[in-house]
Amino acid sequence: MLLEGFGPQILLGTLATVKLALCSLLIAVLAGLIGASSKLSSNRLLRALAAGYTTVIRSMPDLVIMLLLFFSLQMLLNRITDWLGITQIDIDPFLAGVVTLAFIYGAYFTETFRGAFQAVPAGQIEAARAYGMTRGETFRKVLFPQMLRHALPGIGNNWQVLIKSTALVSIIGLTDVVKATQDAGKGSMQFFYFTLVGGLIYLAITTVSNGVLLWLERRYSVGVRKAAL
Amino acid sequence: MTAILESYWQSYLWSDGPHFSGLVVTLWLLILAVAMGFLLAVPLSMARVSHNPLLRLPIWCYTYVFRGTPLYIQLLFFYTGVYSLHVVRSQDFLNAFFRDGFNCTVLAFGLNTCAYMTEIFAGAIRATAHGEVEAASAYGMSRFTLYRRIILPSALRRALPFFSNEVILMLHSTSVAFTATVPDLLKIARDVNSATYASFTAFGIAGVLYAACAFFLIWLFRRGELHWLAYLKPRTH
Repeated sequence: MLLEGFGPQILLGTLATVKLALCSLLIAVLAGLIGASSKLSSNRLLRALAAGYTTVIRSMPDLVIMLLLFFSLQMLLNRITDWLGITQIDIDPFLAGVVTLAFIYGAYFTETFRGAFQAVPAGQIEAARAYGMTRGETFRKVLFPQMLRHALPGIGNNWQVLIKSTALVSIIGLTDVVKATQDAGKGSMQFFYFTLVGGLIYLAITTVSNGVLLWLERRYSVGVRKAAL
Repeated sequence: MTAILESYWQSYLWSDGPHFSGLVVTLWLLILAVAMGFLLAVPLSMARVSHNPLLRLPIWCYTYVFRGTPLYIQLLFFYTGVYSLHVVRSQDFLNAFFRDGFNCTVLAFGLNTCAYMTEIFAGAIRATAHGEVEAASAYGMSRFTLYRRIILPSALRRALPFFSNEVILMLHSTSVAFTATVPDLLKIARDVNSATYASFTAFGIAGVLYAACAFFLIWLFRRGELHWLAYLKPRTH
């Protein structure tokens, strides 16, 4: 057989990777929206907090933050459970992976969304307010749809980096596609072949996301004229 | 925290006794990977923008594969994958080369960053003003002279901001080197973590050192941009 009986295992690993990436993307986008709003807010404390968050996270390697959070969170939890006198709770590796990846990529999304919000002309917001829209309506109907067009290329880039970052979670003990293919390599003594399989799966995922991103960019650029060169 | 710093600062920075370790190894990896990537990327980017599909398509394929897969998988490929092949083990030179985790790491990092740099430089070459190229042809320059005197000097300058980004990303990517038994900064942090159980401090010190390097590199590249890209600054008068 093509995958020497390791097919189901690798499929499960692939599903875990995709699930991890999508869950982290969702939370990271939310964190990015909150971060961008704080960066653009008039509150000085919020601005400083958001600036600290993006600077610290973006200046350190993902893997360092991942290990730091993974070990420290567990120890913090152990201290709390000890103090409460209940049995130790082990953090689920999947949850830990989602939380750390979302925390890291939230910082990158913050910068993406900040730039995109600033790219929407101020006149649009003024006009919306003049029509009597509330702040929430202005955000939902005017600011957000226009912001998204500017943010999409950045979101696409972040997504591609995030997908590739998920390969690192096998280091903190998650059974993802890397772990599955390495185990298959160990089991069959064919490391070369199975590492190639792992690489091809990632290549397929990035190729599919390229297509989706292209479609989304077209969808959100409806009515925008490109300069004819 | 002070106790950890006192007993491990030397390992974090440059040596664990008999061997180099920590920051020095990380920076050495970075320098080797960036140097290898840059030297390969300049000719490859010229081939990438070529009209000849036999030159262009293989380079496109190479950058597509290396930019579409995680660096960690590429490292595993060279470190565990290639070395498991019988062909590699039976040849003395290849056997010696791939047995050493450091060689595999530099190879994987260099090829990875080269793929990104090739695309960066190719983009800059394509953005060269066509009038410059026409003028050079009118002067009777050969293709080689055209690239050497006109296209490359301006394209490499314009690529500098993106190049600096890639170098910072590479600095961050070097942290996977410990999986191939290279004693880099993160490996020391992991050792300290398992010796002391002070995770936050152990990894925090490594994080601060990485951040310091990143900021230093950013400062260095800003200086370079001020110098080499001065002619692109918006005019104020």
